[in-house]
Amino acid sequence: MATSGKLHFSLVSPERALFSGDVDQVVVPGVEGQFGVLSQHAPFMTVVQQGAIRILDGSAERRIFVGGGFADVTPDGLTILAEDAVDLSQLDTAGLERDVQNAREDVRDAKDSEAKAAAERKLARLEAIRAAA
Amino acid sequence: MASLKDFRTRIASVKSTQKITKAMQMVAAAKLKRAQEAAEAARPYGEKVAGTVANLAASVKGSDAAPKLLRGSGKDQTHLVVVATSERGLCGGFNTNIVKKARELITSLEAQGKSVKLLTVGKKGRDQLKRLFGAISVGHIEFAGVRSLGSAQSAQVSAKLVEMFDAGEFDVAHLVFSRFRSVISQVPTVQQLLPVVAPEGVKTADIGGGVYSYEPGEEAILEALLPRYLDSQILGALLENAAGFYGAQMGAMDNATRNAGDLIKKLTLQMNRKRQAMITTELTEIIAGAQAV
Repeated sequence: MATSGKLHFSLVSPERALFSGDVDQVVVPGVEGQFGVLSQHAPFMTVVQQGAIRILDGSAERRIFVGGGFADVTPDGLTILAEDAVDLSQLDTAGLERDVQNAREDVRDAKDSEAKAAAERKLARLEAIRAAA
Repeated sequence: MASLKDFRTRIASVKSTQKITKAMQMVAAAKLKRAQEAAEAARPYGEKVAGTVANLAASVKGSDAAPKLLRGSGKDQTHLVVVATSERGLCGGFNTNIVKKARELITSLEAQGKSVKLLTVGKKGRDQLKRLFGAISVGHIEFAGVRSLGSAQSAQVSAKLVEMFDAGEFDVAHLVFSRFRSVISQVPTVQQLLPVVAPEGVKTADIGGGVYSYEPGEEAILEALLPRYLDSQILGALLENAAGFYGAQMGAMDNATRNAGDLIKKLTLQMNRKRQAMITTELTEIIAGAQAV
């Protein structure tokens, strides 16, 4: 039970656990609107849409991009099952710009419809990350 | 009779083979460690999804609103067997064991009068199964050139499954893969994928008598969650397969290295016998010649 006034938050993606620790508040982009979770939040479960999760702890703020997933609030804390997660604080902006540019070229140069669809998905993801950053 | 030179060439060739198998064994050991770590790292997500599915599945059980992936198609006629094997060989009986398990499953399903379809994941499985079951094969997915298995690969498989299921191409899906028990023991296993079996024995969060609230609704969440659950099950299986493959390869290569060592010993012994026999013959000839003078 979170009696310390802190919220236990963990963020897991299919490949690995990305974040686990006690924080003050987490703001999550739910499909029915953004919501903040503090400790002692009522049990709650929702679908998360693409966007940035804000993790607030003291005066520090960390932002992590997720490509969708689920948020599960229990008395033990908040767990987010993310499909795709990128830490925005470690993001290399110039590199991202370059990736977006490359992805655009891939879309243009795609030979068949399958490759084009794959390139478009990649571009959409990169642009969503850029929008969230 | 082989000459001394023939022996030397053979020993040299076995030695170079031994070097290769030795190197492959060490590479497999290193990759095994990484594959195990990957399987380990994927576990929290899988457990969490399983727990949530178990929670939700219990609450919508028997209701008509339950998603089709959970409810099934209401029939039990057409079975899809998904066989996950490795892309490469040189791993002892690893793939053969999986294929054997798959063959047993297909034969027993057919004996029960079901129609069976086959989907192979991984090159080796297709190679071994296409002769016997080529006619019932409905597809093949290959990850050749993929350096590290991840959710992108499992999503490819689960998307195909969901697509086929929605199109009514099968009623029940089974996955045959190798469960990684230890480095030396991989157990071919059959697992039912669809309709989703609510996981048992997973710990569900104790909400202290409170009431869970769901947004948008239980069914909608389940609808979105089930494909992910399927995905995480497949990913888990693929990762265990990968770890098992490297374990099996390590064992096979260790054996090969040892066999090469034995062979070298045997050949060296034969060569030395031959050499001694030649010296003896020469000496006898010299002595005989000296006596004749």
